[in-house]
Amino acid sequence: MRIRALEISVGALILAGMLALVALAINVSGLNLSQKGGGYTVYARFDNIGGLTERAKVSMSGVQIGQVSAIRIDRKRLMAEVEMQIFDDVDYLSIDSSAQILTAGLLGEKYIGITPGFEDDLLENGMTIEDTQSALVLEEIVGKFLFNKVSE
Amino acid sequence: MIQFLQKLGAKTLNRVAAVGRAGQLLSQSLIAKPAPMMMLPLLIRQLYFIGVLSLVIIIVSGLFIGMVLGLQGYTILVDYGSEQAVGQMVALSLVRELAPVVTALLFAGRAGSAVTAEIGLMKATEQLACYEMIGVDPMRRIIAPRLWAGFISMPLLSMIFAIVGIWGGSLVAVDWLGIFSGSFWANMQASVSFSEDVLNGVIKSLVFGFVVIWIAVFQGNDCVPTSEGISQATTRTVVYSSLAILGLDFLLTAMMFGDF
Repeated sequence: MRIRALEISVGALILAGMLALVALAINVSGLNLSQKGGGYTVYARFDNIGGLTERAKVSMSGVQIGQVSAIRIDRKRLMAEVEMQIFDDVDYLSIDSSAQILTAGLLGEKYIGITPGFEDDLLENGMTIEDTQSALVLEEIVGKFLFNKVSE
Repeated sequence: MIQFLQKLGAKTLNRVAAVGRAGQLLSQSLIAKPAPMMMLPLLIRQLYFIGVLSLVIIIVSGLFIGMVLGLQGYTILVDYGSEQAVGQMVALSLVRELAPVVTALLFAGRAGSAVTAEIGLMKATEQLACYEMIGVDPMRRIIAPRLWAGFISMPLLSMIFAIVGIWGGSLVAVDWLGIFSGSFWANMQASVSFSEDVLNGVIKSLVFGFVVIWIAVFQGNDCVPTSEGISQATTRTVVYSSLAILGLDFLLTAMMFGDF
């Protein structure tokens, strides 16, 4: 009987440790095992992505509708090209939707905000969002401000 | 002058010999093939004494450390109007640093010293010699289960410490100070990465667990078999493991997170 209680407590310890690891993975680091592999790919080109990273959120009206899957330089246009995975159930984005890079709060992470358009044709797999607005980079704004001050 | 040189040489030789004996102990107890059926009950018993009984101190200190982190982080971050980042701060500092290091320090004090004292007393009362006399290898019967138990339970304890600490942090930040729980968790999830932060924390705790239990077992097996010798060995276990933990932590952190 004594040895049984002992074994049960050891089992509980190991289970608790495993559960803690799982909780760390899912709750704390936001690891998504059931990566919504489904979903279609949409591209957007920006002059400056200013600190956007892979796995950043893509949201519309603040609701997440996808995530950034890859970022690279478009060699022909020499602009940043962002590849986004949009969830399958989001099948209402028209082709004149616009994308802009936003910041959550003053110091928060960067994400992409989609503003829907008015056309009847919908965005499909592999299409590119043409209407984009780059990230606001603080140095550029300050630079412009100073330049204007000087020219006055 | 000559005497000083002689003392220095003797000390160095002693240290080197001790390191050699520690390596010998490790190889003998790990390479000695354990008979699994015999080993399992012994291992479970040691897991109970080393792991389960350390659980309370780990949970209580994890909770308080998480709560303190939440409170301190809040008072600083609120000046910059970014108190939502408390979740991120608590989670990163716990998962990367505090959980492995503090757990290992507590583990050295709670379990390491007990193991040293137990083995030391066995040696002093000649129980180890008795085992050898009746043809049971004390390396297998006494040392190996304790080594494995420490090695297994340390990462588990460290994970539990981290999760309890984060829960404590959220308790203070969300329930008490009133940070919106959505931004608390979302900021945390956006900044903590599983492979970078969580797994590196696990690796750290594995290394620390191994080092602590190795030092504890070795000091017990190597002590002068008197009551004074046991007390010195217990002290040495705590001192050496604490120093080893902190030193190795710097090394591991530099390897994992330093860019060079």
